[in-house]
Amino acid sequence: PRVPAVLKKRLVKLVVNFLFYFRTDEAEPIGALLLEHCRITKEEENVFSISFIEEPERKYCFECATEEQCQEWVEALKRASYEFLRRSLIFYRNEIQKMTGKDPLEQYGISEEARFQLGAPRQ
Amino acid sequence: MKLNERSLAFYATCDSPADNAGFLYKRGERHTAYHRRWFVLKGNMLFYFEERESREPVGVIVLEGCNVELCDSAESFAFAIRFGGAKSRTYVLAAESQAAMESWVKSLSRASFDYMRLVVRELEKQLQEMCWGLPGGSGGSREPPGPWKPKPSGLEQCRERLPALPAIPPKENGCAVWNNVLGAERPPDASGCGGHDEEGNPRPPPLPPRRRVSNGEAASAGATMTESPSTFCRLHEQYSREVTRLRQDWQQRRRGPRP
Repeated sequence: PRVPAVLKKRLVKLVVNFLFYFRTDEAEPIGALLLEHCRITKEEENVFSISFIEEPERKYCFECATEEQCQEWVEALKRASYEFLRRSLIFYRNEIQKMTGKDPLEQYGISEEARFQLGAPRQ
Repeated sequence: MKLNERSLAFYATCDSPADNAGFLYKRGERHTAYHRRWFVLKGNMLFYFEERESREPVGVIVLEGCNVELCDSAESFAFAIRFGGAKSRTYVLAAESQAAMESWVKSLSRASFDYMRLVVRELEKQLQEMCWGLPGGSGGSREPPGPWKPKPSGLEQCRERLPALPAIPPKENGCAVWNNVLGAERPPDASGCGGHDEEGNPRPPPLPPRRRVSNGEAASAGATMTESPSTFCRLHEQYSREVTRLRQDWQQRRRGPRP
């Protein structure tokens, strides 16, 4: 549901960094939200919202069946972005390097890949 | 299908670092003419712009579940991004040099979210094993403090696996580490496996092969990833429990033995 005043029942599916939403009886999604540069906020009971950095006032609100389900979704969505994954990787890489003095990515031949660097702008 | 295009366009043009960028020729869908476009790879999204200075991308290719292959084409330095579905389109692109083509093929084949997740889980596992179960880790020959008890089952398993003859060391992290602890002959460095560690630290299992054409392999790579919800949040939590416990111990000792 997009507009807080009107709730529509949707099937929602998180696949990699996309949140797909379906009409409950259809196989093809109506739409998808790319989950990069977004903020997941816990709203009132059973409700969370997603908003995007370039349009922060616009909130996509979702009401869940239970509070527990709501918390699960918030946790899952916060970790859903590619950028989050990238940061995790850099974190682990540094930790392992500190502990062993070796870069764990070296043996996979991917140490120099742009995506695993600490991210100075390259363009 | 609706997409939050504004957000996609923002992601494409914001100043977060791109994983690759450059001019590529893209073969048209209906006509086989190639058009030169400015491509920007961010995460698992390959955006393309009409011009380098364009404000908004003309299109985007989501790089999940695809294969990147070299192409037999009249156009030199050509490669293709292929998807599995029946109705899926194959994107044929061409670079302007051999080096550019190789760089693109490399970065595109590792661009998927799935691949990133695989690497993260692998590193997570390494880190956890170093800290939490196995005294033979980077701490060297120190006696492990109490909480880091070795797992008896791991020990059993490894005793069986100690090679009688010099052989390729067992691939599992746990076993390699236990070999060190038991003081048994160190597994000989098997240079064939690539990347060995002079300290005798465990060599992590090789990264699963990059996704090939067969879905079967992709599926099996996927299957191994389903468990383990751990992230650095959980690690952080574990560290803090440990710290709390140690602190309590220390404080108790300071207070002296109770009557």
